[in-house]
Amino acid sequence: MRVLSDLQVGECGILVALDLPPGVQNHLMYMGFVPHAQVCALHRAPAGDPTVYSVDGIEIALRRETAQAIRVEDLTVEALVGPEWAEAVS
Amino acid sequence: MSDCCTTPVFTPPPPRHTASEALRTVALIGPPNSGKSTLFNRLTGLRQKVANYPGVTVEQRMGRMAGIDRDDLVLIDLPGIYSLDPFSEDARVSINVLNGKMPGTPKPDAVLLVLDSLHLTRQLMLAAPVLALGLPTIVLLNMTDLMEARGGVVDPLRLAQELGAPVALVSATKGTGLESVRIFLNRHRGPGSDYADEAPFMLPVLGNALSTHTWAAQVSLKTGYRAPLSAENSRKVDAVLLHRFWGPLLFLVVVFGVFEVVFSIGQPLSDGLGDLLAKFGAWSTGFLPDGWLRSLVLDGAWKGVTSVLVFLPQILLLFLFIGVLEDSGYLARAALIADRVMRTIGLNGKAFIPLLSAYACAVPAIMATRTIENRRDRMATILVTPFMTCSARLPVYMLLIAAFIPNTYFLGGVIGLRTIVMLSLYVLGFWAAMTTAWLLKSSILKSSDAPFILELPQYRMPTIRSLGIRLVDRGRVFLKQAGTVILCVTLALWALAHIPPHGGKMPELTESVIGRLGHFIEPAIAPLGFNWKIGIGLLTSVLAREVMVGTMGTLYGADPETQTQTLQTALHHDLPLGGAVALMVFFAFAMQCTSTMAVVRRETNSWKWPALQFAYMLVLAYGAAFVTNWVVTALWG
Repeated sequence: MRVLSDLQVGECGILVALDLPPGVQNHLMYMGFVPHAQVCALHRAPAGDPTVYSVDGIEIALRRETAQAIRVEDLTVEALVGPEWAEAVS
Repeated sequence: MSDCCTTPVFTPPPPRHTASEALRTVALIGPPNSGKSTLFNRLTGLRQKVANYPGVTVEQRMGRMAGIDRDDLVLIDLPGIYSLDPFSEDARVSINVLNGKMPGTPKPDAVLLVLDSLHLTRQLMLAAPVLALGLPTIVLLNMTDLMEARGGVVDPLRLAQELGAPVALVSATKGTGLESVRIFLNRHRGPGSDYADEAPFMLPVLGNALSTHTWAAQVSLKTGYRAPLSAENSRKVDAVLLHRFWGPLLFLVVVFGVFEVVFSIGQPLSDGLGDLLAKFGAWSTGFLPDGWLRSLVLDGAWKGVTSVLVFLPQILLLFLFIGVLEDSGYLARAALIADRVMRTIGLNGKAFIPLLSAYACAVPAIMATRTIENRRDRMATILVTPFMTCSARLPVYMLLIAAFIPNTYFLGGVIGLRTIVMLSLYVLGFWAAMTTAWLLKSSILKSSDAPFILELPQYRMPTIRSLGIRLVDRGRVFLKQAGTVILCVTLALWALAHIPPHGGKMPELTESVIGRLGHFIEPAIAPLGFNWKIGIGLLTSVLAREVMVGTMGTLYGADPETQTQTLQTALHHDLPLGGAVALMVFFAFAMQCTSTMAVVRRETNSWKWPALQFAYMLVLAYGAAFVTNWVVTALWG
């Protein structure tokens, strides 16, 4: 299992879970960081941190320590639609 | 875009009963940066500040809906929210107003829910809790012109059926689709007259972000929503502006460029305006008899007020630049770049947005700190914001630089010495803000790191209209200040400079009340290299910084020795170089602004903080000016 901060610029992943304090977690989920969402790393700030992620069509900047608490998995059909649908799609 | 002007409005069955009570207040609510304030301006005909970054509106504003001929209705513009769980101070304002818990603001009878159609799925997450409030609501899908241009599709009729509320496509910037708002409001005569009882069907369990998201995703799927292609242009621009090397370099080039422009274009304009005003003053007072009245009008009021007025071109140029930064969406990127620096002092990049807008004025900047989630971070930002070089310092700096700093150029005429001095003053203010923030954050305002979560808006081309409105509004504020505060101060100063009469004649300036007061305080400021006239200027500038220049204009105008000279020449002969540079440093640090103190008092809810701030900044200003005077005099004196 990887975390969001592991993504290289240009790489995408599927969000699995957020391990953050409830207030922050809720806020991020309202911004689109929900399980099964596709998240891509777009740019890093000139200093290397924070990183701009795209989720649900918008761009949000997060610091490494926040991104480290967000679990992602590789972009696969199964991750996108769930195991019960993966077979049908492929 | 051909169908931009036909507005599909789905209207559910007419109300079954009509309440006698009339509709009075309507609230505008929606996620951050969805265009509520632009819409507010359209509907009311007012000029609420709008810009392209989330969190521009931080408090509720009310206006009559004159824009759609409904003067009887009050529209409330609210800060943007992602959900009804308050995460920051500005969101709390919106939620309190919606629940009718905000003192002085009536509970809204109807809601205009503004959603940005470019990101509808996520924006729909707010629709659930808002519709659940049970107030008559119309959903306005904003920026539909952009969405359609980028290949997005949405079926408003299906969406209206899913939400159980009317839906209209609008474009707040273009002003299309607004008649739907009028139709909606005419249909609703009073609170509780409509869907309140057959309220939103199939709404998710509230308070759970995940279930709300699932619901929103289903709704947008059912309504055939196809998100527009994301703006590739924004990403391409960011690839350069956030580039490891080019990003910071371009930032510096832009900053240098701006100050160079303020000098190379602003200075001649300002000089021309000064000549014009001086000629006009001399011509128009030629009708007055030669005596105390002409002296009062010309040497007192006119010289004082116009010495400030001439800086209008530079201030407008600076506001134009800040307006472009805010409207284009670059401000959020600047916050992102600055995050690394901000974290070393214990704040995060979000605090950088108010600090940058403080280059215009500290008062709105202090209001803008409401978007900072962590209370202690917000407090620290409020306390250091007045160090940022606001536009009121510009007249003082420009006057002193033009009078004392030679107009030499380096690097083959690219960078002027005056630009360098000006930039150094800006850097000095910024450095003081950073150091003070670090001191506060490592002592009395220590807290754990707040997470940095910042939404980056897409770049937009600033519109002439929006920039024009900013400049007109700013110009008006500046002229009003000159016509009220500065005029009163200069008149009072002129009077005090001419009493008490000495043997039936006007007294020598040093024998007048103001002269005696000046000489009384002179020992306190002499170590800084200031003379008594500067001392009086410092006293009056506690009201507002630019009053300093007006005071100088009046005092040197009242002095027979300097009466015929321009203010620059008079200052140049009357003040040593050490004192002049020390004066600029003093202004960089000192808190001379009653409006700022009032807003700090309001935002911190106590006089303790503005008092502490005033004392701290005064001590710092005095100490730094003392050292500066000593060093400059030793080196170049």
